[in-house]
Amino acid sequence: MTEETMTLEVTRYRPGHDREPRTQSFTVPYRTDWVVLDALNHIKDRIDGTLSYRWSCRMGVCGSCGMMVNGVPKLTCAAFLRDYRPGPIRVEPLANFPVIRDLVIALDDFMEKLRRVKPWIIRAVEKPVSDGEYLQTPAQLDAYKQFSMCINCMLCYAACPVYGLEPAFLGPAAIALAYRYNLDSRDEGYRLREPVLSEAVGVWECTFVGECSVVCPKGVDPAAAIQRSKLAGATDWLLSMIMPWAGRR
Amino acid sequence: MATRKTSEPFWWLLFAAGGMVAALLVPVHLLVHGLAVPLGWTSISHARMLALAGHPLVKLYLFALIALPLYHWAHRFRFILEDLGLRGLRTPIAILCYGAAVLGTVATLWVLWQI
Ligand code: SF4
Ligand code: FES
Repeated sequence: MTEETMTLEVTRYRPGHDREPRTQSFTVPYRTDWVVLDALNHIKDRIDGTLSYRWSCRMGVCGSCGMMVNGVPKLTCAAFLRDYRPGPIRVEPLANFPVIRDLVIALDDFMEKLRRVKPWIIRAVEKPVSDGEYLQTPAQLDAYKQFSMCINCMLCYAACPVYGLEPAFLGPAAIALAYRYNLDSRDEGYRLREPVLSEAVGVWECTFVGECSVVCPKGVDPAAAIQRSKLAGATDWLLSMIMPWAGRR
Repeated sequence: MATRKTSEPFWWLLFAAGGMVAALLVPVHLLVHGLAVPLGWTSISHARMLALAGHPLVKLYLFALIALPLYHWAHRFRFILEDLGLRGLRTPIAILCYGAAVLGTVATLWVLWQI
């Protein structure tokens, strides 16, 4: 019996060398327990060692193996070959990002946006370590837990047509993360994040497409974070109109 | 950019309020005035309806019922056009969409005034 195989159509590109990206086909063995990342590793180990892509944990935790699989943003370590039978499978770099080489995209823009929303606990006054931890009830944890599951895989940015059209858009994961810290009972940084969120290219740029939440592998639901941040922003705005003298929260 | 930054929450609030009205109240009126009355499931005379519509509180209600969804439409339609790639025309699109809603609002006021 001949071994079953599957074909991968992989985007190859070396900016500066190649005029434009091209597609290269590879035939790999088909295994029911293989994911697209296994197939890429097979190609790199056995067929063409120059193929470049990112990965690390192989278990949906590190968020580094995101690529377009048949046009849909996916963690390649969680995309089983068996779900794409009989193939071929198209593997491309994440959409909406500049390509460094082959399937490797540039993260700089996303990293800069993450930093801008200050995704850490901010306290007006930091209490000394000797005073112990900041305690939280299970209900207070539940309030933000879902939004803290983000692994920064950027699939949501690849799925977002608004980000594709307006690269300045803060984007789903960064807003979800800002919202996560705003919801944290230990945090006091709302006022510091608010100017970033309430910019025109902050939450207001979102046109409720909702694809971010569809592709998110962690159930973060960034679209909900954006809509709820809009409500908070609009409430702030309304209060500032009705009571301009009162300091906003 | 600066004006967009300040006016966005305003339009969004109207959009949100319009969405609520469109989702909760409009279907009721479609059912009653679009189906039940014309199909004769129930009968309300024109005179009674007119008298009802003449009440100031009912006028206020009708105003919200008709005007708010216009802003829901305007906001949504503006974003659809932007998503279709007409981002270079953002300002004229916004003026056209919200302008249409404002016109509709004025027309609503005028009609309600006449009753
Ligand atoms: S929100 Fe979801 S899709 Fe977006 S970066 Fe986080 S885990 Fe990935
Ligand atoms: S390799 Fe870490 S998430 Fe896929």
